[in-house]
Amino acid sequence: MGQFRQCPDSGFFFDKSADRLMKANAVAGIVALLIAGVLALGVILTRWQSIHLLPADTFYTVLTAHGINGLIFWIIFFEIAVLYFASSTLLRCRLAAPKWAWAGFGLMLSGAIMNNIAVLSGKSSVMMTSYVPMQAQPHFYLGLILFAVGALIACFVFFGTLVIAKDEKTYEGSVPLVTFGALTAAIIAVFTIASGAIVLIPTFLWSIGYIAHIDAAMYRVIWWAFGHSSQQINVAAHVSIWYLIIGVLFGARPMSEKVSRFAFLLYILFLQLAAAHHILTDPGLSSEWKIFNTSYAMYLAVLASLIHGLTVPGSMEVAQRSKGLTKGLFEWLRKAPWGNPVFSGFFISLVVFGFIGGITGVVMGTEQINLIIHNTIYVPAHFHATVVVGTSLTFMALTYLLIPVLFRRQTFLPRVAQWQPYVFSAGMVTLILFQLGAGTLGVSRRHWDMGFSGATLSFDYAGTAYMMMAVSGVGGVLAVLGGGMFIVVAVGSLIFGKKLEPSAGFLQSFALAPLAPEVYDIEQPEILKRAEKLPVEEHGSSGFHAPGTFVLAMILLVCFVVYYFINWDYLSSVWPMS
Amino acid sequence: MAEQSRNGDRPEKLSFWQRLMDNHFLLLFLGVVIPTVFYILWGIMEIANLPIAE
Amino acid sequence: MTAFQPPAEINWWKSPIGKDEIIWIGIALVWCLIMFFMMPYWHVYGKQNLSNEAYQTTPKKFQASVDAFVEKYKIGEEGGIPIVKPPAGSDVYLAGRLWQWYPILELEKDQTYRLHLSSLDWNHGFSLQPVNINLQVLPGYEMVISLTPNQAGEFGIVCNEYCGIGHHSMLGKIIVREK
Repeated sequence: MGQFRQCPDSGFFFDKSADRLMKANAVAGIVALLIAGVLALGVILTRWQSIHLLPADTFYTVLTAHGINGLIFWIIFFEIAVLYFASSTLLRCRLAAPKWAWAGFGLMLSGAIMNNIAVLSGKSSVMMTSYVPMQAQPHFYLGLILFAVGALIACFVFFGTLVIAKDEKTYEGSVPLVTFGALTAAIIAVFTIASGAIVLIPTFLWSIGYIAHIDAAMYRVIWWAFGHSSQQINVAAHVSIWYLIIGVLFGARPMSEKVSRFAFLLYILFLQLAAAHHILTDPGLSSEWKIFNTSYAMYLAVLASLIHGLTVPGSMEVAQRSKGLTKGLFEWLRKAPWGNPVFSGFFISLVVFGFIGGITGVVMGTEQINLIIHNTIYVPAHFHATVVVGTSLTFMALTYLLIPVLFRRQTFLPRVAQWQPYVFSAGMVTLILFQLGAGTLGVSRRHWDMGFSGATLSFDYAGTAYMMMAVSGVGGVLAVLGGGMFIVVAVGSLIFGKKLEPSAGFLQSFALAPLAPEVYDIEQPEILKRAEKLPVEEHGSSGFHAPGTFVLAMILLVCFVVYYFINWDYLSSVWPMS
Repeated sequence: MAEQSRNGDRPEKLSFWQRLMDNHFLLLFLGVVIPTVFYILWGIMEIANLPIAE
Repeated sequence: MTAFQPPAEINWWKSPIGKDEIIWIGIALVWCLIMFFMMPYWHVYGKQNLSNEAYQTTPKKFQASVDAFVEKYKIGEEGGIPIVKPPAGSDVYLAGRLWQWYPILELEKDQTYRLHLSSLDWNHGFSLQPVNINLQVLPGYEMVISLTPNQAGEFGIVCNEYCGIGHHSMLGKIIVREK
C-alpha cells in the first residue's frame, strides 16, 4: 500500500489525502459557484429596468448572497484545492497534517453554510461588505469567521507541505514557478484572512451585544484589507495557473525564471496595499496615505502584472515557435488549440483580465479619478472583468484540465465544453462594457431602482443609461447560460463521464469516499529534477524571442495610456473641488 | 553549499534575491508586515488622530 | 514540463534576461512612474481634489449643526424637505439619513462653498448627478469639501451606498442659480 498514485496521462503524482482534499474543496467551490450563478440571474434581471424582476427586499438578499458566494466561497474553496495541488502534487510531497486540512475544510464548509442560512433567510441583507453600523444576524459574521479560520488552517497546511518537501528533499533547487506563484497567493491569503478575523470578530461580538460601538471608518479600512486582498489572492493564483496551463499544453517554460519570480515578489510586497482603492473618497485619511497605498507603492504591483502580461503569452510564443510555428508575428497564436476549452478559457481570461480588468482597475484606483467612479456600477463591471473572466474562467479552464487528471473521468459533453468559454466570456464582456458605460453616466451600484420609485424628489438618469443597463442584462443572461454550461460539464463529468480509473465511482468523484487503496501504488516518487538546460539559441534578426507578444503588449500599453488620459479629461470637466 | 556539490557544479554563493525568494517564511513575514504597517496601522492612526468637530 | 519544474539553472538569478523582457520592463516602469506622478501633480495643478479636512463628530452633534444651518437660511420647502439658501462662499451642511439628503441646497453659480458632509445613521454615498461626483459619507465623521458649482440647474443627489430597504428612494437636490 503506497502513498501516491501517478496519473498515467499527465504524469502528476497525487498524494492519497491531497487527492481527496482537492476534490472536496473543488466540488464545494463549484457548488458555491452554482449558487452565485443562479442568484446572478435575479440580480441582472432586476437591474434590467424594463424587467425589474424582484421586489426590493429580495433583490438585496439575492445580491448579498451572490456576492459572498461568488467572491468568497467559490474562489477560496477552489484556491485551497490549487494550493494543495501546487504544494503536494507539484512537489511530489505528502500533504502535511491531513487531519488539520480536513478540519479546515469542515470549518470552511460549516461557515459557508451558516452564512448562507443567515443571508438567504432574508434577515442579513447587508451586502458582502456588511458596513457597520448596519447590523446582520450574529451567525452571518460567525459563518464568515469560521470560514476564515478554516481557510487559514488550509494555508498553514500548504506552508507545512513546503517545509516537508524541503526537509525530505522531494525536489531540487528552488520550488517550481507555479508553486512560487501559489506561495504568493498563500502569503496574501494569510494577511487577508487575518484582517478578516480582526474586523469580523469584534463585529460579531457587537452583533450579540458584548461591544457597544464599532467605528464606521476604521471598519472600512480593515474590512477592505480582507475584501480587496481576497481578490489579490485570486490574481496571484490565476497567474500561476496560467503558467501551469501553458506548461501542460505547450511544454512552455517561463521566458526567464528571474523576471517572473521577481514579479511575484512584487505582488507579495505591494499588491495588498491596493485595498485603499475603496477608501479614496472616505473622510479622515490623508492624500499621502491614499496615494501611497492606492498606487501599490508607486505602481510596483502594476509593474508586476504588466510583466506577467508579457511573460505568460511570451513563454507560450517561445514554445510554439520552437515547434516550427514561426511564420509572421502571430502564427503561434493562430494555430493554438482554440477548440480546447483549457486553452480558450485561459487565453480569453488573460486578454480580458489585462485589457479590461487591469486598465479599468488602475484608472479607477487613481486617487482623483475615483471621484467620478466610486460606487457607480463601473466598479462591479471592473471586478467582473478581473474576478469573473480573469479568475473564474481560469479556474474553469483548470477544471477541464483536472477532470481527467484528478477526477479520472472523461469530459462529459465535450462539445458543450468546447463552446463554454466563448459563450460565457461573450456574455460577461457585454455585461462589463455596458456597465462600464452606465457607470460613467453615474448609475449607482447596489441599487434596486434607477427610476427612484417612491422618492420625494425626482431625478432622471439619461435614457442611454437605461439602454446600457438593458444590454448588460442581455449579456448577463448569456453569461449565466455559459456558467450553466460549465456546471453541466463539470458536474456531469463527475457523474456520467467515462471512468478512466476503475475505482473512480460516484462517491469518489465527490470526495465522499477514497479511491481504492491499491490505486496508491507508489511509496515516494523520485525527486523532482531541475528543468533541462536549454541550448543557447540563435534568435531571429530582430533579436526578440517573442515578437508577437511584444506587439500585443505595446497595443495594451497604448490602450492603457489613451484610456487613462481620457479619464483625467473627464475628471477635469466636473465641478471644481478642493 | 551541499546542494551545489551534489550536483557537481562549482560551488557558488547564491545571490541575495534568490536566497530571499527561497526563504518562504521570510516572504510570509514581509508580505504580512508591509501591508499591516503601511495600510492598516498608518490608516488607523490617521483616523484616530482626527480633530474633533467644534 | 517546465513552469512546474524547478529552474534549470542553480543560480537562476544570474541567468541573462531576453531583450523583449528588458525593454518591456523599462517601458512599463516609466509608465508606472508617470501614473504615480499624476496624482501629486493633480493636487497642485488640477481642480478636482479631495481636501484632507475631516473631523470626528457624532450624529447628534452634526444634526445640531444642520438644524442651526437650516434655521438660519431656510427659504422654502419641497416635499417636506426645507430648501436652504446660504450666502455665497459660506459653510453649508448636508446630512445623509434614512432615506433622504437633508436639506435641499440652493447655491450660486461659480461661488465656492465649504460643504460639510456626514451621516446621521449608516453609511451613505453622496453621488451628485449628472455631474458625477461620488463621495463616501460615514456616521461619526464630518468631511469638509470646498465645492464650486460651475453649471446652473437642478442636480440630483443619489445615494450610492446601500443603506437598507429604502435606499433607492433616497434622493436629494442641489439647485444652482445664475448670479
